[in-house]
Amino acid sequence: MKITGISVKLGDHINTDLIISGKHKYRTQVISELTKYVFEDLDPKLKDRLAVGSVIVAGKNFGCGSSREQAPRVLKAAGVKAIVAESFARIFFRNSVNVGLPTIVASSEYIRKIRDGDSLTIDLTEGRLFDKELGVDTKISPYPKFILDIINVGGIAEYYKKFNAFPWDVKSI
Amino acid sequence: MKTLSTIVEKILAKKSGKNSTTAGDFVVADVDVVFAHDGTALLAIESMQEIGINKVFNPDKVVFFIDHAAPSPSPQISNIHLAMRKFARQQGIKLFDVGSGICHQVLPEEGYVKPGSVIVGADSHSVTHGAFNAFATGVGSTDAALAMATGKLWFKVPETVKVTVDGGFKEYVMAKDLILQVLSIVKADGLTYEAVEYHGNCIGDMAVDGRMTIANMAVEMGAKASPMELNASTESWLKQRVSEIEPVKADKGARYSDELFIDASKLEPLVAAPPNVDNVKPVREVEGLEVDQVFIGSCTNGRIEDIHIATRILEGKKVKVRCIVIPASRRIYMEAMRKGYIEKLIQAGCTVGPPTCGPCIGAHMGLLGEGEIAVSTSNRNFTGRMGASSSKIFLASPATAAATALEGKITDPRKYGESA
Repeated sequence: MKITGISVKLGDHINTDLIISGKHKYRTQVISELTKYVFEDLDPKLKDRLAVGSVIVAGKNFGCGSSREQAPRVLKAAGVKAIVAESFARIFFRNSVNVGLPTIVASSEYIRKIRDGDSLTIDLTEGRLFDKELGVDTKISPYPKFILDIINVGGIAEYYKKFNAFPWDVKSI
Repeated sequence: MKTLSTIVEKILAKKSGKNSTTAGDFVVADVDVVFAHDGTALLAIESMQEIGINKVFNPDKVVFFIDHAAPSPSPQISNIHLAMRKFARQQGIKLFDVGSGICHQVLPEEGYVKPGSVIVGADSHSVTHGAFNAFATGVGSTDAALAMATGKLWFKVPETVKVTVDGGFKEYVMAKDLILQVLSIVKADGLTYEAVEYHGNCIGDMAVDGRMTIANMAVEMGAKASPMELNASTESWLKQRVSEIEPVKADKGARYSDELFIDASKLEPLVAAPPNVDNVKPVREVEGLEVDQVFIGSCTNGRIEDIHIATRILEGKKVKVRCIVIPASRRIYMEAMRKGYIEKLIQAGCTVGPPTCGPCIGAHMGLLGEGEIAVSTSNRNFTGRMGASSSKIFLASPATAAATALEGKITDPRKYGESA
């Protein structure tokens, strides 16, 4: 599976309150209506840059804080194709797998070199991340096979609909 | 040779039908309790529908709570509550409605938490139940839906960090100050994907309330679980609520990824300054900063011990700024009434609210305006969490919060101590 997008660079510890504030998440159950509040307390203009097919590039501990699954869902709905970070908070990581939003762990050295607006290509099968402007690629931490299978079909609900079973029902993970 | 295991390795082995597990293994474990609240339950219901499984695996093991915005502050949220009640009725599951209290307080009070159990909550602070010797972890709505539908969930067995805390607290130093100290050392991502086990006589002698405060904030370091060995006070607390208590102990010689030692007798009152939980400083370094609001409550510090300490400091005096006190559950509210705390707090000028998460998550009951500063006993000081983007939150213990309410500025509670 290959993903392409334009990088939007963010810092360390981007928490789920910043992604979608608790003040707004109760307003509606329709995720697409929440996209206008994405990153409101960080930079209200950021949402426009996500819409064009973006890849968020961040530092440590992306998605820390609350368990709200609205966070990865609203990013996906806002146009984010994948998130590259040095590390992810575990609940956000699991939520992203379940909703089919790829979360890519890469080295801090490579992430620091990526500039805002660079064209990125991610090959999940090969485990590579390529920045066109940098002209060099890097290895990314591989997903366990069963997680890659979930991501490839677009999330756990799609997986179950397609195979009428969960990955762990078929064989041990 | 027998495998030497941590608490989490033992619980996950037993619940996944294995003799032993080691950090790094993937397991599919049986879930003993799965719960969700009004911030996460509707999405979990929708996820179940999306997956296409219509029945919960066991109605006795699925619990809903209306606590995050309760009573409802808007028609939209009332509709979420309606949908939760409808689902609970159809499925025959227990729903704790408006006024019952915060999920993490009510779940153990009502006997749903047992040593050795696997507890999955659609709330990041589900790690709180580690205080009862359980493997308890927070998940998102879809994972909660998977657990509700199948009674199982996959886990990567985490590495465990061992924290040994010896010594006793000085007057007006509390469990909150201890966990803030741990946070300041470990940092906000220091335990990502890992578990934390607490040992030492400070934790062994500690009452349930303080142990829950410590386990509660494990997630602020990224931890997956925060299991503690059962101690005498927790066991007698549990005996009033559950039968067949089988504690799980870590083996001597179990492998830990790291170790940390803390002398509780050397701790002083601390705050986490905005906008990150690990931005920890002694109260004396920020003392004198004027505040607009004090909040005493939440799943971190809304228990009877917390309300008792606040009452001791506020009794017979008057607060200088608005001070909102919210007991974490109906049972705590009633106990605080019986003991006279509620009347004393109201006489001191506090506003006492019904059991709910309150302003902690920015849903209702005391949101902050532009530029306002709050001292809060809750668990997160993120930008905009309790209101306007420009408002600021200092996290502190109930003692520091109460002293601050009296002075209208950040105050070291030891000033009001007997030894002062």
